[in-house]
Amino acid sequence: MSDYMIEFAKVNKWYGNHFHVLRDIDLQVRKGERIVICGPSGSGKSTLIRCINRLESHQQGKLTVDGIELSDDVKALNTVRRKVGMVFQQFNLFPHLTVLENLTLAPIQVNKLSKTEAEERAMTQLQRVQIAEQAHKYPLQLSGGQQQRVAIARTLCLTPQILLFDEPTSALDPEMIKEVLDVMTELAEQGITMLCVTHEMGFAKSVADRVIFMDQGQIVEENNPHDFFSRPRSERTREFLTKILTH
Amino acid sequence: MLQTQDTLAWIRTNLFSTWFNSGITLALGALLLYTVPQAWGWAISHAVWGADVEQCNAARGTGACWGVVAEKYRPIIFGRYPFEEQWRPLLATLLLMALLLASCMRVFWCKWLGALWVVVLAAFFILMHGGLLGLALVETGLWGGLPLTILLASLSVVGAFPLAVLLALGRVSELPVFKTLCTVYVELIRGVPLISVLFMASFLFPLFMPEGFSIDVLLRVLVAMVLFAAAYLSEVIRGGLQAIPRGQYEAAASLGLTYWQMQRKIILPQALATVVPGIMNNFISTFKDTSLVTIVSLYELTGSLDLAVNSQPDWMPYKLEGYLFIAAIYFVFCFSLSRYSQWVEQQVNRGKVH
Repeated sequence: MSDYMIEFAKVNKWYGNHFHVLRDIDLQVRKGERIVICGPSGSGKSTLIRCINRLESHQQGKLTVDGIELSDDVKALNTVRRKVGMVFQQFNLFPHLTVLENLTLAPIQVNKLSKTEAEERAMTQLQRVQIAEQAHKYPLQLSGGQQQRVAIARTLCLTPQILLFDEPTSALDPEMIKEVLDVMTELAEQGITMLCVTHEMGFAKSVADRVIFMDQGQIVEENNPHDFFSRPRSERTREFLTKILTH
Repeated sequence: MLQTQDTLAWIRTNLFSTWFNSGITLALGALLLYTVPQAWGWAISHAVWGADVEQCNAARGTGACWGVVAEKYRPIIFGRYPFEEQWRPLLATLLLMALLLASCMRVFWCKWLGALWVVVLAAFFILMHGGLLGLALVETGLWGGLPLTILLASLSVVGAFPLAVLLALGRVSELPVFKTLCTVYVELIRGVPLISVLFMASFLFPLFMPEGFSIDVLLRVLVAMVLFAAAYLSEVIRGGLQAIPRGQYEAAASLGLTYWQMQRKIILPQALATVVPGIMNNFISTFKDTSLVTIVSLYELTGSLDLAVNSQPDWMPYKLEGYLFIAAIYFVFCFSLSRYSQWVEQQVNRGKVH
């Protein structure tokens, strides 16, 4: 049994026969660690975190989440998915259900909670992301920032041990980015294990324990945020940082 | 005064805005002036309403003979069902209609609706078939007219819908075996006319049955209609499934929902909601397709009209009026279905309002 919450060992993945999207990924994440992953588009960073709850499957190497190896075993996969919450760039709320129903669906179906219990839990989480008054609206009646906060509350209702964020602020108008980052910062202080694909470098600096830079399917550099931003080791990282920090 | 002005303004902008539009308005106006009085005269003012062949013959060419309906409405509506016993199909049909109406209404969507279906269908069959409770036995071959039309249409739709959902899910499935099976099924059924499927169910199928073993012709035809309708309906539903963004599947999977939980709670509700007009289209077309079962000697509404009028040379010339009568019946049902469809659309689109 390893001490790590998530462990990638020589993980490889291809799209089709030619596009090598993950190359020999080795990565260990300790419990409670907060990691920010950045890199140019197409570098494989989203694919990397999507492998953790097997929205994408890897073809080579070993990927272990909380001691469970990810494979075609459906039962193991369901156990892993119950521990791992995910927040998407496009929110992916269920538009035909109210905010409250979005939050109670999985607790009722997956965790077999009663409706009252699930609703209580949902309201607690909605208060946490400061949106309780919208509980009975439909997702499309909310702003992007509000929708993303609902999406975060939805995953929190399952009390995950690991949270994956896949560019959570990229689809938002600038004035809404802060409200979502505030919620994420608050979560980071709770000791939950977080992996976050984002270009919000301010967030990385203030919250992350470690920053990972990926390019062409490889982890090029990983370091604590201070050294990562002040003394990037590789030329590629330096180039990337200059591009996104000068804007 | 103001109203007259408004009306004039409306006429000017909508009917006479350009020379071209004025021309069309005048031409259509002339056509209506010519046809409407003629149709009115034929159908209403010169029409014969009583069941009197002499009068009908006298009015031939100038007025409609609604007498054919007055004379023959019972065999048209109830087919070959024994005359004395026709209260039974009447009662059975009213029960079935009440059940269908209830099933359409939100207040009745609860757990015991399924049980109600079983009870009402059992009552329908006991009333129609008899042979117990002191009711005389009436073979299914004698069932006919509107009761048969409604029975076939409602059971085809109710049977075809779940099958169509499964077929559609099979066709978009990632499992090659299901995908191929469902695709082959749909293409095979879609590739042949309903009449030939009915023929096979009615005449060919019994040949393959062991000696002394037979399945009722009504049941065979019903199964054929269900299988046929399901193939078409599944393609409509598949269209809805393809409109669901990938993100919905990913969100459902990341929350740990199983395949069936995801389909039942997330995917199907949205997929079906997007294709309500197509589904209703299909239901209406299934309803009218029931008229084809005449070909295998089950005399539903259209068939029983033929049967009722063809046997009487006196009334034969007035079959057109008979057809208009049953056309009106078909229209009432189909129009109700399409109004219901609009209500369903309003219901399912609530979440989309900004």
